[in-house]
Amino acid sequence: MMKTESQPLLDVKLLRKYFPIRKGFFRKTVGYVRAVDDISFFINEGETLGLVGESGCGKTTASRCILRAIDPTSGQMLFRNEEGEVVDLAQLNREQLKPLRSQMQMIFQDPYGSLNPRMTLFDIVGEPLLIEGMRNRRQREERVAELLALVGLRPEFMQRFPHAFSGGQRQRIGIARALALNPRLVVADEPVSALDVSVQAQTLNLLLDLQKRLNLTYLFVSHNLSVVKHICDRVTVMYVGKIVETATSHELFVRPRHPYTAALLAALPVADPRVKTGNVELPGEVASPANPPSGCYFHPRCTYCIDRCKAEAPEYREITPGHYVACHRADELDLAGMA
Amino acid sequence: MSMHMNPQAEPLLSIRDLKVHFFMDEGVVKAVDGISLDVYPGQVFGIVGESGCGKSVTMKALLRIVEPPGRLVSGEMVLRRPAAVGATEVVDLAKLDARGAEMREVRGGQIALIPQEPMAAFSPVHTVGNQIIEAIRLHRNVDEREARKIALQQFKDVGIPAPEQRLDAYSWQLSGGLRQRAMIAMALSCNPLILIADEPTTAVDVTTQAQVLRLLRRLQEERNSAIIFITHDLGVIAQMADYVTVMYLGLVMEQGPVDDIFHNPKHPYTRALLESVPSIETAPRQDLPTIKGTIPHPFNRPAGCPFYPRCEKFMPGVCDTATPALLPVGRQLVSCFLYQEVSVTA
Repeated sequence: MMKTESQPLLDVKLLRKYFPIRKGFFRKTVGYVRAVDDISFFINEGETLGLVGESGCGKTTASRCILRAIDPTSGQMLFRNEEGEVVDLAQLNREQLKPLRSQMQMIFQDPYGSLNPRMTLFDIVGEPLLIEGMRNRRQREERVAELLALVGLRPEFMQRFPHAFSGGQRQRIGIARALALNPRLVVADEPVSALDVSVQAQTLNLLLDLQKRLNLTYLFVSHNLSVVKHICDRVTVMYVGKIVETATSHELFVRPRHPYTAALLAALPVADPRVKTGNVELPGEVASPANPPSGCYFHPRCTYCIDRCKAEAPEYREITPGHYVACHRADELDLAGMA
Repeated sequence: MSMHMNPQAEPLLSIRDLKVHFFMDEGVVKAVDGISLDVYPGQVFGIVGESGCGKSVTMKALLRIVEPPGRLVSGEMVLRRPAAVGATEVVDLAKLDARGAEMREVRGGQIALIPQEPMAAFSPVHTVGNQIIEAIRLHRNVDEREARKIALQQFKDVGIPAPEQRLDAYSWQLSGGLRQRAMIAMALSCNPLILIADEPTTAVDVTTQAQVLRLLRRLQEERNSAIIFITHDLGVIAQMADYVTVMYLGLVMEQGPVDDIFHNPKHPYTRALLESVPSIETAPRQDLPTIKGTIPHPFNRPAGCPFYPRCEKFMPGVCDTATPALLPVGRQLVSCFLYQEVSVTA
């Protein structure tokens, strides 16, 4: 452990997670699924970083590595703890991780699957407090009431079970649980995609409000680009286990530099019948991370592909200050963003 | 009703005052409680609404596959289908025996469904080809070899690469996008008059979604069939539909041409729904306008207009006493007392 002056709350360097593919009687490893393949990014304190990409791109695997729900294959995950010390989450063992766990929490996608139907709200939201050693029930009740009020639920609901609540209210319960131990980093994995449109807006407002009040840092994992644009300061786009582009939200949407980002933006159906979208079709399908194509993983689907793209993997580089992209032709291409 | 898009044509399908209720031990859920709509040939008819609005139940009723404790309580579902050359036959689907031969002929033959989950819709123990061939042979008088030829042509039409091999594949060997294409091929294999697409792209990725939507558009233009497109995604509806119905808790709130619904919405619910979606124009990281409260549990549906407890324009003594009728306002049909002569009852 060392002290540094660096600003990021979390600095991920060359994070890699390979899942072995085993075959045969001796379970011999015949290959690897490169779920997360040497990705680097950072999140500053108090900001929201969006992690977007299509299914199988590794966004969930990456977020689970950061929380050490699964162990990364290699790489560094430098986390600045409350004392300002920088620790590498990838190197810590279970005991060393324990005091840090409370500082990193997660909000789940499915508000139905993520709450135990046999536990009351008091048990659900109070469980992290109990684990952290708050043995006094009265004290716990006070804190749970405070948390429920914070997320806009009535403290009287404490003795009820999750089945009495709607999807949006359940998601608030999940948020209250995540906030119980005053975390600094909150990983939100598709927190609104299971909710109805009218309830999505309420939940997004709540997340923004909580961030302001509690100075939270969000890693916001989502495939919904309009939600990401609304809530995130910066956005990272992943494709088949690799980061293809990172930029501020505004710049990424207005001036994408990677053809895949541009294709994602073009595919997004806009809620206005006068704006016709979806005319640019991205051919083919997402490559398999077990058997990725040569060179740039995106080249078989890319309209701008040249010979170099088939042979050589592009370097992930800073093209303009704060704008990172992995594309050989990023300098020459003029890609359309959203107006 | 004055919703003619093409005044010459008669609607392919007219639903009038359809009611589907679920009789549970705890009480009656009025999942669909008196909805009316007309679908014209060559039209993409969008139905949009949040969970519990009755959009999927309406389509189940249309196919007569509502399962107990649900029951079709009342209403008409008139289908105009070609009979002999030049003639049309009018049949009320609500009056047919749900298990009878005639309804089985309609189901898959004249009205086909693309279900939401292509993974769950195909049997994993039969090849997709066999399942499509079975459907073709049920509805068309052809032998196995001819049916396979038709299936192959359908696979080519929906743009499945290497269609010969894919016919002999199992559904779990196909990717999400291919599975959805195979499902579309199956639904179209008997040349239906009406294709129901029930959230066809919620389970697939953004780029695959764009492919599937484009495919549906192209096929619809080529065949001039009608599509009933059900979704909760306002972006998808704006891009796909010609005519839109907005539903809330079993009732139609507003109906109209897609441009009017998005650019001149009349019903407070439609307005609120459109405002609550972050768009390109919304300022980032600012609070979004929301609809207060949540969708009520179907057992406690409010009396009167079902939306009044969440409505900005709630008029006490009016909205909570009676259910507004669906009446023409401009180019739309709107069920809201704001546009109707009302007398306040204390």
